[in-house]
Amino acid sequence: MAKKKFVVGCFDDEAVLFPAVKKVRTAGYKIHDVYTPFAVHGLDHAMGLRETSLHTAGFIYGIAGTTTALSCISWIFTKDWPLNIGGKPHFALPAWIPITFELTVLFAAVGMVLTFCYISQLAPFVKKHHFHARSTDDLFVMVIECTEKTNAEDLKAFLAANGAVETDIQIAEEGWWLGRYDKDEMRYENKQTVAA
Amino acid sequence: MHLKYESQLREPLVYGDKNYHQVTEDIVRPIEAKPTRLWYIGFYIAVCLLLFGVYAIYRDVTYGIGQWNLNKTVGWGWDITNFVWWVGIGHAGTLISAILLLFRQGWRTGVNRAAEAMTIFAVMCAGQFPIWHMGRVWMAFFVLPYPNTRGPLWVNFNSPLLWDVFAISTYFTVSLLFWYSGLLPDFATVRDRAFTKLRKRFYGIAAFGWTGSTKHWQRHESLSLVLAGLSTPLVLSVHTIVSFDFATSVIPGWHTTIFPPYFVAGAIFSGFAMVQTLMVIIRKVFGMEDYITMGHIEAMNKVIVLTGSIVGVAYLTELFMGWYSQNKYEGYTFWYSRAYLFSPYGWSYWGMMACNVLSPQIFWFRKMRRNLFVTFFMSIIVNIGMWFERFVIIVTSLYRDYLPSSWSVYYSPTIWEIGFYAGTFGLFFTCFFLFAKYFPVIAIAEIKYVLKTTGESYKDKMGHLEHVSVEVFTHSGHGHTVVENESAN
Repeated sequence: MAKKKFVVGCFDDEAVLFPAVKKVRTAGYKIHDVYTPFAVHGLDHAMGLRETSLHTAGFIYGIAGTTTALSCISWIFTKDWPLNIGGKPHFALPAWIPITFELTVLFAAVGMVLTFCYISQLAPFVKKHHFHARSTDDLFVMVIECTEKTNAEDLKAFLAANGAVETDIQIAEEGWWLGRYDKDEMRYENKQTVAA
Repeated sequence: MHLKYESQLREPLVYGDKNYHQVTEDIVRPIEAKPTRLWYIGFYIAVCLLLFGVYAIYRDVTYGIGQWNLNKTVGWGWDITNFVWWVGIGHAGTLISAILLLFRQGWRTGVNRAAEAMTIFAVMCAGQFPIWHMGRVWMAFFVLPYPNTRGPLWVNFNSPLLWDVFAISTYFTVSLLFWYSGLLPDFATVRDRAFTKLRKRFYGIAAFGWTGSTKHWQRHESLSLVLAGLSTPLVLSVHTIVSFDFATSVIPGWHTTIFPPYFVAGAIFSGFAMVQTLMVIIRKVFGMEDYITMGHIEAMNKVIVLTGSIVGVAYLTELFMGWYSQNKYEGYTFWYSRAYLFSPYGWSYWGMMACNVLSPQIFWFRKMRRNLFVTFFMSIIVNIGMWFERFVIIVTSLYRDYLPSSWSVYYSPTIWEIGFYAGTFGLFFTCFFLFAKYFPVIAIAEIKYVLKTTGESYKDKMGHLEHVSVEVFTHSGHGHTVVENESAN
């Protein structure tokens, strides 16, 4: 994938970040992403992201599990090898509920986690560009993609005026690649703590 | 931006004047520091126990399970007792992380990570017992339904023992996924501040390339919530199904409809006791008193006294039914084999009663709930009691069945049965020591998320909100934004 130019603004408080996100969006800039150390509720709405459909996928996987269990067991016990267990009915639905339930949960959970990793491009040995090493510690890092029309210096000043404690221009790969984190990665600097 | 406002009257969940960076520092510090002497000693003991267990298993596989003292009619002895015991312990982690998440219990954040780890390790230990009890363990895969050349000959889907195979393996898989997906952001935190090459590389792989993107967080939240929703019935189903192993049989003492809720309550009871044992140690050794507070300990002790009392009611109900049914086999099992102190196994029944029902009542007193020594001592007592419970259920029902001619001689374990059990302790603690050294033992991102609503220093600043009317509070941009801006000025 091609490299792109980004303007990066770091905030140290989510209460400052929210108005800044709003202002950046009204000003017409395209927010590439905001990297936060924890899930900041409402930030996705503030950024105008659509709701995730992951739970719908989970529901479908669950139904798939239910169907698999019921169809397999009923085929095995009524068609393939009808085992006589104490003369009880071959189609013993109540006795199949536990396994059906377990497979529903198993399919839903495994399917959702795999989907989550796939759509978020998360896997062992995957490497991505990190705009700031402290974005997993205590900084909320807003990254704005530059177009030909963007004046990066103006944008930096705009971010700083809206409360960014650090601003930066970076040219970076936006996708993922297979790589190692112990190579060419910024070393973490133990910065003095900032008042929250 | 927290919609939630918590009254100042509630105890803070995080003590001290913390900010986000301080939280990272506090929790990651043990990972970056060299292990202490105490860690090495503990780890060494755990590995020794594990090796002894491996040798016990080696003898079991080589010479067969005749190495154990199981006899006719005590075909299930220490092995299945230990299996149920470990599975029970494995219930607290998912209860804390899933059910308490759905119930919006804020205090779960401090303890969920370690409790989930405990769950996974406990289920690993539990799984060993039915597997090695098979004797011809190289045929263990026969329990799986797969098309085979023997017919195909399928497993019996109507059997509770097969339900157990599905329940335990599903439970293990789902708990592992839940735990690991929660660990991703925290591994990324450790990775991004690592300054040794090895650590950077290891956590780089472990964190799956997590960046903290808002979209990823949004999906992560959705994933956690749905996994919690799935795990909640799952955790209840697992011990229900374990209880079916007994309840669907026609053995007096097992054949009771009360088993599912009674087993689930017992599982939560013993699970919380094990969590307490580990938490009291972790908070002391790693200096996590600010995160695993007295409030956390007290909350868990409340769960212990509640579930202990539920279990107590179940014991009494069983005794009552043993008499009320007027079934002489039931009566014999409950009133002679169990409740009569001078019957061969009467000691185990009264050990169970003393440990599980009587002694936890001490937690009705707030002073006792907040006493670390009492908590630690009681957590051990409860686990001993819960081991007795499973032993009582299994052995006292089996050693004398319908035919007096096949009544067994007194069953006591061999050193290899005990060694196997000790070995699972070794496995459990080896895993736990490694976890405590290399993993963030507290969910860093989740603590940061609740910091501004429940952190001590933030709570102190909320005084004036207590006097604000509901209208003003709800229409002033979620309350907190206002406070935070004011305090920043």
